[in-house]
Amino acid sequence: MSASTFRTAEPVPASTRAGTQIRLSNVTKDYGLTHPAVDDVSLTIEPGEFMTLLGPSGSGKTTTLNLIAGFETLTTGAISFDGVDVSRLPPHKRNLGMLFQNYALFPHMTVAQNVAYPLRERRMSKPDIARKVAEVLELVQLTGRDGHYPAQLSGGQQQRVALARAIVFGPTALLLDEPLGALDRNLRATLQLEIRRIHREVGSTFVFVTHDQEEAMNLSDRIALFNDGRIEQLGRPEALYRSPETLFTARFLGDSTVFTLSQATGTTAVWEGEVWSVDSRTVSGLVREGRPAALVVRPEDVRIAADRDAVPPDANCAAAIVRDIEYMGAYRTAMLSLGGAGNVMGRARLDALESDLRIGQPVVAWWRVDRQRVVAG
Amino acid sequence: MTATKTDNPPGTQRRPAPARRRRRATSVDPIPWWLKLVGALVALYFILPTLFVIPMSFSTASTFQFPPTGFSLKLYENFFTDPTWLASLRTSVLVGVLAASLATVVGTAAAIGLHSLTGRLARLARTLLMVSIVTPSIVIAVAVYISFLKWHLVGTLSGYVLAHAAIGVPFVLVSVTSALSGFDPKLLRASASLGATPIRTFLFVTMPLISRGIVTGAIFAFVTSFDEVVIALFLRAPTFQTLPVQMYNSVTVEIDPTIAASSSLVVVAVTVICLVLFVGNRKSR
Repeated sequence: MSASTFRTAEPVPASTRAGTQIRLSNVTKDYGLTHPAVDDVSLTIEPGEFMTLLGPSGSGKTTTLNLIAGFETLTTGAISFDGVDVSRLPPHKRNLGMLFQNYALFPHMTVAQNVAYPLRERRMSKPDIARKVAEVLELVQLTGRDGHYPAQLSGGQQQRVALARAIVFGPTALLLDEPLGALDRNLRATLQLEIRRIHREVGSTFVFVTHDQEEAMNLSDRIALFNDGRIEQLGRPEALYRSPETLFTARFLGDSTVFTLSQATGTTAVWEGEVWSVDSRTVSGLVREGRPAALVVRPEDVRIAADRDAVPPDANCAAAIVRDIEYMGAYRTAMLSLGGAGNVMGRARLDALESDLRIGQPVVAWWRVDRQRVVAG
Repeated sequence: MTATKTDNPPGTQRRPAPARRRRRATSVDPIPWWLKLVGALVALYFILPTLFVIPMSFSTASTFQFPPTGFSLKLYENFFTDPTWLASLRTSVLVGVLAASLATVVGTAAAIGLHSLTGRLARLARTLLMVSIVTPSIVIAVAVYISFLKWHLVGTLSGYVLAHAAIGVPFVLVSVTSALSGFDPKLLRASASLGATPIRTFLFVTMPLISRGIVTGAIFAFVTSFDEVVIALFLRAPTFQTLPVQMYNSVTVEIDPTIAASSSLVVVAVTVICLVLFVGNRKSR
């Protein structure tokens, strides 16, 4: 679990490298409550892709994963693997590997027996099973632990046994249900690397469920952000972070300062009497005249100036008062209350030049026009 | 504070510390003397009959006498040579094994089925299955007798097995349900995702993990059947009766002291079974 974690990807035979396409068409799961748990979701997960279903609890991400796995039945819609409809297939016929938050290892079986379980179910011969088990235990760096029982292993080791068990039979895709949730911070970082490496080496489709936005941005090719049973936004991590379409997305991923606009057009935005210029390329397509809109700025884009004269011409600014300064180790952030009423809280990441700020000091917060984003909300 | 402590000669300052610790150790979860006394009295009350029966089984007298006169294995010889006693023992063992097997299958299936259900109907079903524990045996016996007369099951092996299985089911249900409470249902999903059918999942995952509950339930069901007398009295046929019924006959009809030997054997057998269960549980923990 040290240097060898970072070894380079080994070539994998083409047959195992090809992932499977998973397509969800208008999938709905309704438990008969006020709101469907999953509400008309359509999503195509490409072969070999690392797709993360991200969202707060109760947003429908886990239900969606359970629908793909077959643990829940669809109310309406269809799910297909590589074009083959699997909507009515029971879970044991879907050939999916699955990783659970609490590992779900069989406590009465040794590591080797756990890993051999899916192979035994597939009627593989004993010598083949032994060879495959040894291979996959090497892949997850657990060689020599074959005879241990799960209770004798640490949480991280147990999750790696579970990972070995879930990939040993060459599943159609790997489904991961918050697999790192029960681990401490350091171990989580190590296992993130491990999962990414194994995704690279195995090359099959991964569907990962989490509520941790950092984990999602770190691992995914694409993120589907869930809210209230629907996909709020789908895209690459940097697209979700840099170009959120809605206030929900902007708030869920990363920190942002949010100005609720009283008026937004393609060229200007109005907030508490400030008229800001807007670059139409940074306005979400979901913003409509007369509907609520907000302007969001990331803390790393907010600069501090002594007065308005010091603000560059291609920037927007607002009056601010420094409320607090937080020391984050690598950098410091200033907590600001913005505007005349001071009822908008904002954050600015400080650089070395801005180190002489005092708490209570009136300043001007500014940001470049092309670093802001106008979202629906 | 720390300075004075280290400066003081050893012994002067250290003495109060262990005293405090000792006081705390005794105050953690104390068992008062009167509770121990009550426990001892209850235990004595339970084993008192055994203390009379076992010495009597080695008596030489041909009637009931206490204290026993002499020492012999005559009563045991009677028991193992008399065809009536032996036949009833064989019947009891056969009925017990078959009834326990049936109760185990039914009770385990019911426990697993009811485990994942939470509705009002599930609670009703659970209560109905437990009802025979709180019903007086004579009520069950009469009900069984009346319906079995109609179905021509009185005095038959299947009659005994069905009736005894019915009163054994609650014991299996209780012990398997408690074993299932420690069972992680995620394992079922894991097993399914790995390609196992529900039946194979039950065989290789569920059953091994709740086996202690199943075995405990099965033994309880067997013991319940083995010492059941009221229903068996109603169902008996002149040539086909269980050991408890034969014991009952031997005191009410014949006044045969062989019952002392047979009771002692039953007591020893049940004790051994319970000890095996107890030791087995300890080991697996």
